Amino acid sequence: MTDRTYTVALMGNPNTGKSTLFNVLTGLRQHTGNWPGKTVTHAEGECRHRGALYRIVDLPGTYSLYSNSADEEVARDFLLFQRPDVTVVVVDATALERNLNLALQVLEMTDRVIVAINLMDEAKKKGIHINTKKLAAKLGVPVVPISARNREGIDALLDTVDAMAHGRIHTTPLSIRYSPEIERGIAKLLPLVKELMGDTHPARWIALRLLDGDASLLQALKQPPQRLIKEGNAYACCGSVKSV
Amino acid sequence: MAPAKYCRLSDTKPGDRFRIEKVDVPDPVLKRRLLDLGFVPGGEVKVGQRSPLGDPTAYRVCGTTIALRKEESDYIYGEKIHHD
Repeated sequence: MTDRTYTVALMGNPNTGKSTLFNVLTGLRQHTGNWPGKTVTHAEGECRHRGALYRIVDLPGTYSLYSNSADEEVARDFLLFQRPDVTVVVVDATALERNLNLALQVLEMTDRVIVAINLMDEAKKKGIHINTKKLAAKLGVPVVPISARNREGIDALLDTVDAMAHGRIHTTPLSIRYSPEIERGIAKLLPLVKELMGDTHPARWIALRLLDGDASLLQALKQPPQRLIKEGNAYACCGSVKSV
Repeated sequence: MAPAKYCRLSDTKPGDRFRIEKVDVPDPVLKRRLLDLGFVPGGEVKVGQRSPLGDPTAYRVCGTTIALRKEESDYIYGEKIHHD
């Protein structure tokens, strides 16, 4: 095969069935290890759909990307520095309010997002009905209902991943408007961030984090984490990002 | 400081229901963490079991049970809704 491999990141709160989905997608074609320098488990595997090859990366389950635990830094840095072709945010259909916090944070970082609503069977049992069309319209990205443990909705999810990876889906992610004071701060910082970082990073998001005084992010930007490059079964580090 | 009519989440008893009015934490990282865990103003908390030594306590919030130590629940202000 000559076509390229697309990288798909799986994100989500703890206990949303993210790893169940990962196992359904990759079967036995997966390997696990640790992220360089961190005792956070790293799992990735391969998945083929309609002739295209996907590298699926199961990121640690987190409630947020801003509390600066090792798990959250790994997830944040992967989105920021590896820039996956598609990020699937797995949310729990029975606890949408809690789960959408992370989804909104991811939407601020990248527009290549699919929201997979898992545990639809569980929600049905509890009498919870979810209007996925309306949710997709509000979030501005595709929303796919699934039940990973019953293998329901997996094909629809993979078709959506396929369409997004090949550029057939254009999203308009919900952009949160902050208070006038914060928006003025963002407007001031934006040109500076763009000048330093180029177009490869989400400038508005970085400006917002700078306003929040996110020391952990500054550290990561100054010294980008070692990249994971697959070489046989080993990982080597390389690559750098222009430092601030 | 929060107004006097509010009590702290740490002052509640197992079985109480509590509505959060204010999350007033000096440490911004801890504040962020509590908000991310679902302790947001307007949110409702059901107080669960206390550990045998009296701390931490389990709280049901946004469909998940989260255990907080007293030094964390001290910073969450609000009012008891009713006691059943």
